[in-house]
Amino acid sequence: MRGHRAGRPLVPAYLSTEGVARPSRNSLERLSVLTSTAGPDPGELPPAQHALRGALEGGSLTVVEAAALLRLPVSAVRVLSAALIDQGLVTARPPVPSAGQPDHDLLKRVADGLRALKL
Amino acid sequence: MASAPSSSDVSPAGSRVLDDAVRAGDLHLPAAARELVKIVVVGPFGVGKTTLIDSVSEIRPLHTEEHLSEASAAVDDLDGVRDKRTTTVAVDFGRITLGEETVLYLFGTPGQERFRALWTDIAYGALGALVLVDSRRLDASFDVLGLVEESGLTYAVAVNIFPDSRRYPEEQLRESLDLAPDTPLVECDARDTHSCVDALLALVEHLIDLDARATAGQVRR
Repeated sequence: MRGHRAGRPLVPAYLSTEGVARPSRNSLERLSVLTSTAGPDPGELPPAQHALRGALEGGSLTVVEAAALLRLPVSAVRVLSAALIDQGLVTARPPVPSAGQPDHDLLKRVADGLRALKL
Repeated sequence: MASAPSSSDVSPAGSRVLDDAVRAGDLHLPAAARELVKIVVVGPFGVGKTTLIDSVSEIRPLHTEEHLSEASAAVDDLDGVRDKRTTTVAVDFGRITLGEETVLYLFGTPGQERFRALWTDIAYGALGALVLVDSRRLDASFDVLGLVEESGLTYAVAVNIFPDSRRYPEEQLRESLDLAPDTPLVECDARDTHSCVDALLALVEHLIDLDARATAGQVRR
């Protein structure tokens, strides 16, 4: 799963998860942030899990970014991520800290950030 | 886009070579990114969603292939993937880092009735929706507006002005689209960064207004 070129994905979606159709956890959103834990891969990691962990080397990605990068459906990346999380090889956090501040501040940061783009 | 730090390889607007040679390192989130929010850009095919996203995104817009049959109740079900007859649709998305910690994602989503399940999955947790309309074929947007309204997501409407678009008075557009009086309605040029940012701002400022009114106890949320 390296050097993605235009054309068919190297691993068909249904093979990437080795036939697993549902993730082992249901908390992963499109914008959940995936981060690799430190340390090398254990020996026998399935290729697609290996590829996903590889994509997280050196930085975090959202579920949807990992899907685009690996050219897999979001649903497949949810399955793969959940498997890696179960093995302690990847961590996930929700898009927005759940200790929610008021919406107002968040909206204001977005508006200010957009206005700054026009400068 | 001038203000994006790492956009040296942004493709020209309209380029469909989207994920060719994208590397993980180009996409990794800024380490300080703490809150990731999204706005859904919704409209019929060909209305300019991808062009708009390309105009404001700091990364080259990416896409995921979505399987239309997969999303129904169980969004994570891969059964659809095994079915060769499954229809797929590409969902484009882009990203803008706003300040130190906030990252805004834009998801282009077809909003017709047959994409309901996909819409539900993508709209989950969104701040709001920007409904992109082509004034030359307003009727193509009726379905979209119905779906967005039904979802309860706050929205603004942006009319993408094409070179041969006739300009209609705002009142006439509002009436044709059956918009509530306070729903923002703006014109935009999806190829123009400033214009697209203004359309997004119209939505976010509307969200701020609604939030302020809710806080004041004047409207229900």
